[in-house]
Amino acid sequence: MAVKQVNPTRMELSRLKKKLNTATRGHKLLKDKRDELMRRFLEMVRENRALRMKVEEQIKAANANFVLAKSSMSDETLKAALLAPKQEVYVSTSYRNVMSVDIPVFDIETRTPDPNDIYSYGFAFTSADLDDAVKSLADILPDLIKLAEIEKSCQLMADEIEKTRRRVNALEHVMIPETQEQIRYITRKLDENERSTQTRLMKVKDMMLQQAHGY
Amino acid sequence: MSKRIAVFGDKESIYGFAALGLDTYYYDSAQDNAAVFKKLCQSQSYSIIYITEAAAVVLEKEIEKYRSEPSPAIILIPGVSGNTGEGLSAVRLSVEKAVGSDIFND
Repeated sequence: MAVKQVNPTRMELSRLKKKLNTATRGHKLLKDKRDELMRRFLEMVRENRALRMKVEEQIKAANANFVLAKSSMSDETLKAALLAPKQEVYVSTSYRNVMSVDIPVFDIETRTPDPNDIYSYGFAFTSADLDDAVKSLADILPDLIKLAEIEKSCQLMADEIEKTRRRVNALEHVMIPETQEQIRYITRKLDENERSTQTRLMKVKDMMLQQAHGY
Repeated sequence: MSKRIAVFGDKESIYGFAALGLDTYYYDSAQDNAAVFKKLCQSQSYSIIYITEAAAVVLEKEIEKYRSEPSPAIILIPGVSGNTGEGLSAVRLSVEKAVGSDIFND
């Protein structure tokens, strides 16, 4: 691995040692974060899959109901019946922090508290199948909201896990070995300087002895 | 802050949601669906957007952009024409991203 050029000085050495220390600690922390995120993610994604299958099944059933309702009514009547909805659904979003990921929590509020307001039409001209269809769809709504909440959380967590994993890998395989290599290089260089000074001194001592006493 | 829920897809699949009080936007091959969908996403007035699988296939690029954004949540639902498995594959995508491979292979 190509070592980045560093100044072989004591100051640089102590700076690098501090850097290595921080990097190692950061690496450990990030690794813990990654593991915990992964654990929560797997839990959530399992729930996500189960809920999605359930909701998809329910929607299929509701769609079948709507087809049935449509078959016994004219297009115009159906259109008119659903043209002006009485009910309105609002979602207030709060965020829950899970391992530094803000995952959304959705709360639904309806404009009117009356659950019968989903029927936006008079019952005279529409078939009973339409009531069933609308009711079946209304029953799914809480699950649908829950699905949105969990699925979005999964997406956000997946994103965060990917980021954290990259950081962990960068520290583990690039930053830490590189710093270690630089520290080793500086230590060697300093030792080498030390030895060369030592020999020079010995040499000078020999020369001085020779001059003074003729050894 | 209260936001609303939007449903995007072909008329047949989603007109029922209007009765519940969700805002419905119809997928129509005559219009620029990407532009309509983009407007929905950027309007900040929807925190959840349900989209039918059939429409999602066409708008994959747009949906991809919002995967890592905190809002809105774009959720795939099966349309009247049946379940294409597109929704589950979106979940699979998350797993692959996080774990590196799909470990729920069944």
